[in-house]
Amino acid sequence: MEQKKLFTFSTRILVATALGAALFFILNTFVRIPTPVPATYIMPSWAIAAFFGALFGPITSALMTLIAVILSGAIDGGMWWSWIIAGGVAGFIYGFAFKFVNVNRGEFKLKGILIFNAIQIAGNVIAWFVVAPVLDILIYAEPVELVFLQGAVAGLTNIIGCAVIGTLLLLAYSATRSKEGSLKKDTDNADKQA
Amino acid sequence: MKINLFTQSREDTFLRRMSGVAKLVCFLLLTFTVMLSYDIRVIAFTIILSFVMFHISKVTWRQIRVIACILLLFLLLNALFTFLLAPEQGVKIYGSRHEIFHIAGRYTLTQEQLLYMSSKLLKYVAVAPLGLIFFLCTDPSELAASLNGIGMPYKGAYAVSLTLRYFPDLQRDYNNISMSQQARGLEMSKKAGFASRVKNALAIIVPLIFSTLERIEVISNAMDLRAFGKHKKRTWYSARKISRQDILAIAVTALIFAVSLYITFFINHSRFYDPFA
Repeated sequence: MEQKKLFTFSTRILVATALGAALFFILNTFVRIPTPVPATYIMPSWAIAAFFGALFGPITSALMTLIAVILSGAIDGGMWWSWIIAGGVAGFIYGFAFKFVNVNRGEFKLKGILIFNAIQIAGNVIAWFVVAPVLDILIYAEPVELVFLQGAVAGLTNIIGCAVIGTLLLLAYSATRSKEGSLKKDTDNADKQA
Repeated sequence: MKINLFTQSREDTFLRRMSGVAKLVCFLLLTFTVMLSYDIRVIAFTIILSFVMFHISKVTWRQIRVIACILLLFLLLNALFTFLLAPEQGVKIYGSRHEIFHIAGRYTLTQEQLLYMSSKLLKYVAVAPLGLIFFLCTDPSELAASLNGIGMPYKGAYAVSLTLRYFPDLQRDYNNISMSQQARGLEMSKKAGFASRVKNALAIIVPLIFSTLERIEVISNAMDLRAFGKHKKRTWYSARKISRQDILAIAVTALIFAVSLYITFFINHSRFYDPFA
């Protein structure tokens, strides 16, 4: 089995980053799933970031979230560097699933699901419970209570979104991949025909 | 639902003639000014400046109407929650207390809180037009050239311009998929329960992702065949030379940034302007 490199910036990774960012941006703008809690939405865009992270690695997921979050910030008037940086951190951490989840080979069973979710939970907790609120306090002098509430809401909805949508997407994707060693030389038949 | 977010402004204005590098540097300097300073005078000055630029850019109200309404709603919610969760934040920052009137329980309106919240609100207002002007008045491929110009590796810069290039294509895919799933009777409104909402969202996301993954393979093969990324450097068709105008614009914004830092460090001795002391 070839060694998976986390930090190569090949053309394929570059294109995946660009299209991933466009996809993230579109879903971020158009698709949000209302939860039973009022005024709280699950954003499938973050699940897409985690999905691309598991497929292409941390460079793709970190850069695509950065590009998309900066773009949507510029468009809707929310250029908030604290949340932009937190988004990049979340994307970067999601990408480490690439190393441990062999979804490209059609192997995505219970172990893969557990690892993927452990990594996405770690990423979301660090980004939205720690990085975003702390930077908000440092850079923007926002009130402590407000930023931790915002962070907790964003973190929890993203964890749920990644867990449900991300896992389902990876299952669907791995089902389309052929497994390693699924083809073998049909020696018995060859002997009979000879 | 069809919104064209990247309708570029084609008007031949001062801002469109500026080189991308200069625009990017000015944009970053101004957003950093607003980010770092909590002095309402500095913020008010930046607001005036960004509205003047907004006027120069000839971006029309129609182009930004929807966004402006969403932003306004967000600002009101943010102000409400700030006051509900931290009514004494202003008092904590400025270290003094001038009550205006008592509302109820622990909620008292103070001059400090009013100043803190209006500074914060104006910070949002100041920065909002800047990003819009920048993206609506900069050609995507020139943006890549200018990102490379200020030192970003060209592969990263190229990724940004590819994003903008493929955004309309993916948006069209999204619309087609969404329409055809709705034609099959997919319930998108709030009538559906939570679990079926997730399922319905997946019915749109899954085909969109799989077609995007296919596109990634096609595009990256095409680029590899044309030997993309073989050399350490590349030139840009749409790069512009820096003109005297550009240098002037950078100098002016750098001066604004420097003055705001000077006010922070030597006049206010903090990021806040304290008229109560």
